[in-house]
Amino acid sequence: MIRVQREDFDVGAELERLSAGNSRIGGVASFIGLVRDMGGDDRVSALTLEHYPGMTEKKLAEIETEAHRRWPLDAVLIIHRYGRLVPGDRIVLVATASPHREAALAACQFLIDWLKTDAPFWKSEETPAGERWVVSRAEDEAAKRRWTTDPK
Amino acid sequence: MKLIYFAWLRARIGCAEEEIDLPPGVKDVAGLLDWLRSRSSGYAEALRDLSVVRVAVNQSYVGLEHPVREGDEIAVFPPVTGG
Repeated sequence: MIRVQREDFDVGAELERLSAGNSRIGGVASFIGLVRDMGGDDRVSALTLEHYPGMTEKKLAEIETEAHRRWPLDAVLIIHRYGRLVPGDRIVLVATASPHREAALAACQFLIDWLKTDAPFWKSEETPAGERWVVSRAEDEAAKRRWTTDPK
Repeated sequence: MKLIYFAWLRARIGCAEEEIDLPPGVKDVAGLLDWLRSRSSGYAEALRDLSVVRVAVNQSYVGLEHPVREGDEIAVFPPVTGG
């Protein structure tokens, strides 16, 4: 399931709902992305996330489908926020549920790695020097590439 | 066709989206970007370095050789930084 929203989310309630009523599930893995208070050497007081409505949901759905194709998953949840957030705020939740931990853990990492390079979101940071757009990191591309060379 | 810009590309171009007619002679993404650069110094500056420009046609990532047609939704934006 994919949700793109301005509002915060309740991690406990979301994870509980993911496996509720399905006793085949033996493991739930999750990743939560938070707003950091530093960007490079500069203090970040807030960041604003912008996205491409329509394409965002489409790319996230494609990533979810790909995860289901690669691993035996009973449930996938991706929640990504947009708008203005401050340090400590939650940005993203990725959660996966499977009969066994290996698939849940691997799929969770796969999903956040792909989301980082494929989902059309952009961050702008507020720093003492003014507002600036975050630049993409080469490490994120490298993190995604390991899944294209070693799919399991 | 509809053109949409995001992040610093939107800021440098100075517009979030616009409707244009397919310019005469433009057949692909590379041709469209060339045409945009010729419109003003703002476009030229924003689209100067294509290594930091990504393009989606009808909400799918494409390369410079991808054809563009009347009615397409074409988004131009920097590498993504979500998550």
